[in-house]
Amino acid sequence: MSGHVVPKRLYILIFAALIVCTGLTTGVAFINLGKWNTVVALAIAVCKASLVVLFFMHLRWSSGLMRMVLLAAFVWFAILVALTLSDEFTRQWTPVPSSWEAQAQQEAR
Amino acid sequence: MHSSTALAEQFDDLEQQHEASSFGMWVFLATEIMFFGGLFTAYILFRNFYLPAFETGSRLLDVRIGAFNTAVLLCSSLTMALAVRSAQLGKKGLLITFLLLTLLLGLTFVGVKLALEWRHDYLEGFAPGLNWTFNGPDSHHLELFFCFYFFLTGIHALHMVIGVGILTVLIIMAGRGRFSPQRYNAVEVSGLYWHFVDIVWIFLFPLLYLIGGRY
Repeated sequence: MSGHVVPKRLYILIFAALIVCTGLTTGVAFINLGKWNTVVALAIAVCKASLVVLFFMHLRWSSGLMRMVLLAAFVWFAILVALTLSDEFTRQWTPVPSSWEAQAQQEAR
Repeated sequence: MHSSTALAEQFDDLEQQHEASSFGMWVFLATEIMFFGGLFTAYILFRNFYLPAFETGSRLLDVRIGAFNTAVLLCSSLTMALAVRSAQLGKKGLLITFLLLTLLLGLTFVGVKLALEWRHDYLEGFAPGLNWTFNGPDSHHLELFFCFYFFLTGIHALHMVIGVGILTVLIIMAGRGRFSPQRYNAVEVSGLYWHFVDIVWIFLFPLLYLIGGRY
């Protein structure tokens, strides 16, 4: 037999934790925490996803090869998000020369 | 099934065969992460551009249905994990039972999505391009939110439907006794796929339904 057989009790424990997290994240959404609402919601989502990956998807007992694939995917995703957002949110940092704006207005006419 | 036929000739042993099939599915899931990742990034970006409209959009979704469907999907992940376990232990009856349960929970999710949520949104006039009756100040930005909503949940639901198809094939294969403790790779990698679709929803639920300031 190949592959790690996980005890049934552990699966049910993980499932219970996932359901509790779902209740928690739904409840927190109705409390005003300002910008922390988003942080808490995403933190709980990451915890839930980690539980699913580690236990349901057996990554805890998988070889380094599978971990590398997942890590690579997340690093690329992080690059995608980080570069896109850093572009969009820093565009206003440098002033636009007034001659450019005058030219754009002229062309629009 | 004899262990001699359980092992395909290109592999040295069962361990290597098992590793190769899991590796293939993980690489596929990595491409899926990039696929959904692009959509998520676009959603985050436009949410920041038009925050008030996107928050209004989130509040217009029914959080009770969203939470219920999350629970349904988590249940289906549990039954899928137990199905893989039954296959590992060679328990054919239990394997078919758990696969059937997973199938039913998956259909419940898609059914609720289609019959309760999408139908409701359409009738209320929140379907961009089909039936859009909202006339507020942010109408166009709200339309964009609902475009994202239908596209993200639609692509996710499509993955669920594909998963249901895979489960159907697995149930037929299990019924014909095609799996054994030596060879259950098809069940295992289908499980990986199913759990991945669950994880996508784990992120979609807070991003679409929760972070819109419901207090």
